[in-house]
Amino acid sequence: MDAEQKFTSRTWPESPEKTTLEGKNKFLGFWLFLGGETVLFASLFATYLALKDKVPSDDHALAIDMFELPLVFIMTMLLLTSSLTSVYAMYHMKNYNFQKMKTWLIITVGLGLAFLGFEIYEFYHYVHAFEHTFTSSAFGSAFYTLVGFHGAHVVVGLGWFLLLLIRNTNRGLNLYNAPKFFVASLYWHFIDVVWVFIFTVVYLMGMVG
Amino acid sequence: MATQQSTSANPKVNYEYRRKKAAEEMRKHVTSFALMIFVTLIAFIMVLAGFDKTFVYPVLLALAALQVVLQLYYFMHMSHKGHGAAALFLYSGALVAFITILTFLTIVWW
Repeated sequence: MDAEQKFTSRTWPESPEKTTLEGKNKFLGFWLFLGGETVLFASLFATYLALKDKVPSDDHALAIDMFELPLVFIMTMLLLTSSLTSVYAMYHMKNYNFQKMKTWLIITVGLGLAFLGFEIYEFYHYVHAFEHTFTSSAFGSAFYTLVGFHGAHVVVGLGWFLLLLIRNTNRGLNLYNAPKFFVASLYWHFIDVVWVFIFTVVYLMGMVG
Repeated sequence: MATQQSTSANPKVNYEYRRKKAAEEMRKHVTSFALMIFVTLIAFIMVLAGFDKTFVYPVLLALAALQVVLQLYYFMHMSHKGHGAAALFLYSGALVAFITILTFLTIVWW
């Protein structure tokens, strides 16, 4: 099937992301990548757990002194909701409704940006209120590497969505770009999967002690 | 392998069936989203309530695992057919992840 072929909502295939060989390969390759990402984040989580609250002297702030539940709760809700909005985008992609798909992706990007804003505020706050920096302690290094790596994934996810939206604005949906949008949304869900473990292991368990 | 393309002799019937199926799946997604919000709320409330950590830790991890399963199987469509390779890759990654964390917590930084 020609990737550039024009469709209508009636001729649009049921699984446009896997109709072409390229789409199938992208799908397979992307899940292999996600398996690798799981291992990458595991090593960062393991390092964080081993080095949590390992500070050189008593005047350094510990997890329980710094973390605030309301901020983490807002960030969690933003990212979880953005995961749902990207599901809505893929629902409209499968129904061949390009305009609605774009709208939902833009909402997703907006929520992701809000999340990022809160994360930047959070890091700024830790650095200035607690002098908790990347180099202040092993705890600081492990914390910023883990949470910062997740934040970098959010930045990449946002850039990915924006590039796809800009590149395809006037193009409409076809079998060439449908797998691209699909894979980007899988990446966005994976970012939320990682965040579930971050808010549980780093923040909630950190607050318990 | 079943073809992905329309197979019904009457394309209108097939189209409407697919629309209905997609809408039904979207409702499932919204339900799983509501469940995830609920699970998250329980996790935060448990920490606020200040229970003992030997009780809170395992429950928090179980709630996180439940939420991730919902995310993977509904939002990321792993419940659909043709996700055998996806599951193999992800669970292999998860196995290495588990061993890595176990190692760091028991041997490396003992």
